[in-house]
Amino acid sequence: MSIQAIEDTKVKVFPAPAEPSRVIAFATKARRRFDLLAILSKLAGTLLPPAVVIVLMLVVWQIACSSPTASLPPPSQVWTEAYDLIAHPFFDNGPQDIGLAWRVLISLQRVAIGFGLAAIVGVALGALVGQSIWAMRGLDPVFQILRTVPPLAWLPLSLAAFRDSSPSAIFVIFITSIWPIIINTAVGVRNIPEDYRNVARILRLNQIEFFVKIMVPAAAPYIFTGLRIGIGLSWLAIVAAEMLTGGVGIGFFIWDAWNSSRLPDIIVALAYIGVTGFCLDRLVAAVGAFVTRGTTAK
Amino acid sequence: MTAYLKLDHIDKSFARGGQVSEVLKDIRLTIDKGEFVSIIGHSGCGKSTLLNLIAGLTKVSAGAVLLEDKEVDSPGPERAVVFQNHSLLPWLTVYENINLAVSKVFGSTRTKAERHDWIMRNLDLVQMAHARDKRPAEISGGMKQRVGIARALAMEPKILLLDEPFGALDALTRAHLQDAVMDIHSRLGSTTIMITHDVDEAVLLSDRIVMMTNGPAATIGEVLAVPLARPRRRVELSSDRTFLRCREAVLKFLYERHRFVEAAE
Repeated sequence: MSIQAIEDTKVKVFPAPAEPSRVIAFATKARRRFDLLAILSKLAGTLLPPAVVIVLMLVVWQIACSSPTASLPPPSQVWTEAYDLIAHPFFDNGPQDIGLAWRVLISLQRVAIGFGLAAIVGVALGALVGQSIWAMRGLDPVFQILRTVPPLAWLPLSLAAFRDSSPSAIFVIFITSIWPIIINTAVGVRNIPEDYRNVARILRLNQIEFFVKIMVPAAAPYIFTGLRIGIGLSWLAIVAAEMLTGGVGIGFFIWDAWNSSRLPDIIVALAYIGVTGFCLDRLVAAVGAFVTRGTTAK
Repeated sequence: MTAYLKLDHIDKSFARGGQVSEVLKDIRLTIDKGEFVSIIGHSGCGKSTLLNLIAGLTKVSAGAVLLEDKEVDSPGPERAVVFQNHSLLPWLTVYENINLAVSKVFGSTRTKAERHDWIMRNLDLVQMAHARDKRPAEISGGMKQRVGIARALAMEPKILLLDEPFGALDALTRAHLQDAVMDIHSRLGSTTIMITHDVDEAVLLSDRIVMMTNGPAATIGEVLAVPLARPRRRVELSSDRTFLRCREAVLKFLYERHRFVEAAE
């Protein structure tokens, strides 16, 4: 009965304002314009400082390298001499004369294979080390020693083993990026709360079910930290490996440009490598943020 | 008649750094099918350890836990536990959390539609059907515990083990859930063992109350039968003489004969 009374008063109150549509339209218009301004100022706030810094760097570089005795080319010379590389990333004039984007893609393909294998093996090994105290005691010292070996130190050995440059480069990627993946996965698995393990034990989940349904999601934030470090390292390693193994990747392009004294080309290639590495890092971080949504908050 | 669950001369001791501490000593108890038994005692008396032994999560040092004359030596869904802190998986929704249990336990015996109905029925039982697509982080502590109970019930266990299930709930929610547990117990006749601190809760829900002495080397001090007819209603019981007598007996045990001495800890 009291509810009835409340409803009655509501009904009386509501029809009072006239022409509500005009009021709403005005409000949204005003709000939208305000939002646009806010977005613009926010965008300027994030884009303007790096733009200013880049311009300053170019100016300093230009001044420092403009004397005729300078050993490195100034940005203006890079722009004029390497213009076709900057403007046409996708040209294809035959087997060794292709645009930088193609070269980056070829390097990326190697990274994808090497890093993909490292991710699979690394998560599996990390899970083993995190799960079993004996696996940890046996493997951890070996991992701790091997992970300090610089990527390129593996190259001669892998060249000897695979007798081909492409699998050797992929192996270097693999061996470089696997350590942080193993170590972070192991830490993540060791930190799985005892409660989750108890739930799994009561449900009698088998090893595979436990791995897929409990271990990987529970350790996902750690795993993605490892993957992010790993992808960064593998991009570092591929350039160095390709400089030595040849082929058509971006690393060999730099070596080739150095041998034919095309310094501006090298500088353009460096920019490509930097931007690509940045994108890779952000890609893995974004995938990680998507996959682990909801798991960090308890 | 042989007992449904038998705790046969159980000892439990933990070894920590060469030092052996005896937690439970000579626990003897038989529980019949369909019985609701509460275990009450001061904190640190090994109640939770006892529950873990029955669940199979911890191994006994001596003696045996026998369920239908078979020794319990590993955990399994026929002894479902409702944990003190819900322990729902935070990356799964409420529905998926229960589905994990249901598809594991009934994956081969029930169709997908049957399993879905079963999940929803258990969610309805604890009044959580409305939150089926929420993640544990998005619901309150009491709601999480309700989902934890639903998950345990969904396993259709032979024995339901409740480890202080209502400890973190507010009084009203607690009362609702106690009623829900009583209702479920009367409907399914599930054998239930509940750890609790709460004397009223123990008397209201139990057929028998097992009172533990203080540790170390805690054991069963006394077992009190609660001769109250079911269904029980809390409002009527609050002035019932049998209820009050049982309550008094438990209080006397806990606060007069086995007073918790904090200095001993």
